[in-house]
Amino acid sequence: MNGFQFIAASAGSEGGSLFPLHLFGMFLGFLGLIFFLGTAVGMMRFPDFYTRMHAAGKGDTLSTMLMLTGFALVTMEDFSLGSWLLFVKIMGVVLFIFLSTPTSSHALMRAAFEDDEMPMTEEDLKKSRKRGKKK
Amino acid sequence: MTEYFPLIMGVALFILMIPVLYRIWVGPTGFDRILGANVIGTKTAVLLVIIGAVYDRVDMFVDFAIAYALLNFVSAIVVSRYLNRTISLKEMEAREKKAKA
Repeated sequence: MNGFQFIAASAGSEGGSLFPLHLFGMFLGFLGLIFFLGTAVGMMRFPDFYTRMHAAGKGDTLSTMLMLTGFALVTMEDFSLGSWLLFVKIMGVVLFIFLSTPTSSHALMRAAFEDDEMPMTEEDLKKSRKRGKKK
Repeated sequence: MTEYFPLIMGVALFILMIPVLYRIWVGPTGFDRILGANVIGTKTAVLLVIIGAVYDRVDMFVDFAIAYALLNFVSAIVVSRYLNRTISLKEMEAREKKAKA
């Protein structure tokens, strides 16, 4: 009995119990949740469109990829053909998001830049501070 | 814990979507709103896989997730193309003259 068969047997016999692959999948899922927390806080607090886009573009891509990979591992119950097909499909979604999210954020950034949306400079910050003091 | 894992993930994801929804609500520019909608759309593809794991029908919901990710990408590209106002060279020169004067 080699290692692969052992993992398959331990997965099939103990339904619902933890084994290393599920544990690793759950770890990846929670890691993705932490990255999405970073995205949400960044979109709340950053002062400028481009900085918000920085938070959204990076954190969104990485957290989505991590969460989907984690779920692909968690739903892997036995190593049959159907579950392999499911795994490959979910990894296909991961690949598509890896390609598409940076592309769409690049297109959006370009549209914003050509629409005269200016990035925030230090002078703008000074102005806003002065305005705050006057009020 | 394995049986509760999809439920916990789904609820946490839903709660973390609220700040992004706030950005859609009070976004100063239209681009902020589109960006927030894009982020929520990407997360909805994950949420569909999670819903599939809750109902034990991941094989069906994964196809929905693929279609949703595709539609989200296409909608982001279309909206950014729609808002893309490419400035011609003449207009740019006219603006520079205006700025100098």
